[in-house]
Amino acid sequence: MSKLRILVPVKRVIDYAVKPRVNKAQTAVEKNNVKHSMNPFDELSIEEAVRLREAKKPVEDILAFSAGPAKCQDTLRTAMAMGCDRALHVVEEKQELEPLGVAKLLQKVVEDEKRNLVILGKQSIDDDANQTGQMLAGLLNWPQATQASKVEIDESDNVTVTREVDGGVETLRAKLPMIITTDLRLNEPRYASLPNIMKAKKKPLEKKSLKDYGLDVENRLKTVKVQEPPPRQGGGKVEDVDGMIAKLKELGAL
Amino acid sequence: MAASNPLRYEVFRIYKGTEYPLGYDYFKNGLRKAFRAKSGLQDRQEIQKGIEQAEYVKKEVEALYYLKRYRALKQRYDTPR
Repeated sequence: MSKLRILVPVKRVIDYAVKPRVNKAQTAVEKNNVKHSMNPFDELSIEEAVRLREAKKPVEDILAFSAGPAKCQDTLRTAMAMGCDRALHVVEEKQELEPLGVAKLLQKVVEDEKRNLVILGKQSIDDDANQTGQMLAGLLNWPQATQASKVEIDESDNVTVTREVDGGVETLRAKLPMIITTDLRLNEPRYASLPNIMKAKKKPLEKKSLKDYGLDVENRLKTVKVQEPPPRQGGGKVEDVDGMIAKLKELGAL
Repeated sequence: MAASNPLRYEVFRIYKGTEYPLGYDYFKNGLRKAFRAKSGLQDRQEIQKGIEQAEYVKKEVEALYYLKRYRALKQRYDTPR
């Protein structure tokens, strides 16, 4: 079985428990002074990578990756506290990268760092694009298994991935190298323990910029307007059965 | 003095965290009560048992945090329409 060199890209997003607010200019969601944390689907991918090592698979190293402002380093430290060996941060302060830009960047990272397994969250909970993994698979021309709920790797590099689909499960098999994206029921991510958080501070974190990769990751999409969904209309109450029948007739249901 | 420093509360808030569903006071009182209820223990074995129970509760709390997030995500991403 060949050595596993795993890449786990993570994204720093607004925490799942925060109710997002649209800014006054209706151009984006308010991000200042809002709690951020690691995208929950990315925690699943880290956990899966760490579990492969704990299952005595020949994991050579686990590299965490993130692109974005300086604060992404907190997210990468969390990733290392959960069990990644080292981290790569591509600093980008000006713009928020789009899935295609990230996929192009990841392609370079995969080639540079000689990865043979990439485990990504299926989507991030901020833009919900669900595209990066698929685009990366396309760019690298590697097999992909999206929304994995179970991952097995055997002695001859065959990866078997189970996915939940409508009305059952689907099983995919492919040889390494491979792209896997995670679904919610893949595993239960661990909490980083205090000793591991301390150890993570000493693990190597490399900083690079987009220029180092010589990439054009200009954004192609334009956000026209961001709006909150309309508030939910409350239902009405009826006094008795006659009232209900009258109401149903009024609505044309009878 | 520390008490007059307006940043004191801010620092305190970060240190203690804000993720207490029923507020920090509820958590603090509950925690104190749990420890005070056992403060009279003298027997070694009893204390050992208490420590084990505390570790168990700690695990449970962690599990509840996980469950809370799992449920929120399941509701958002997994509910059949």
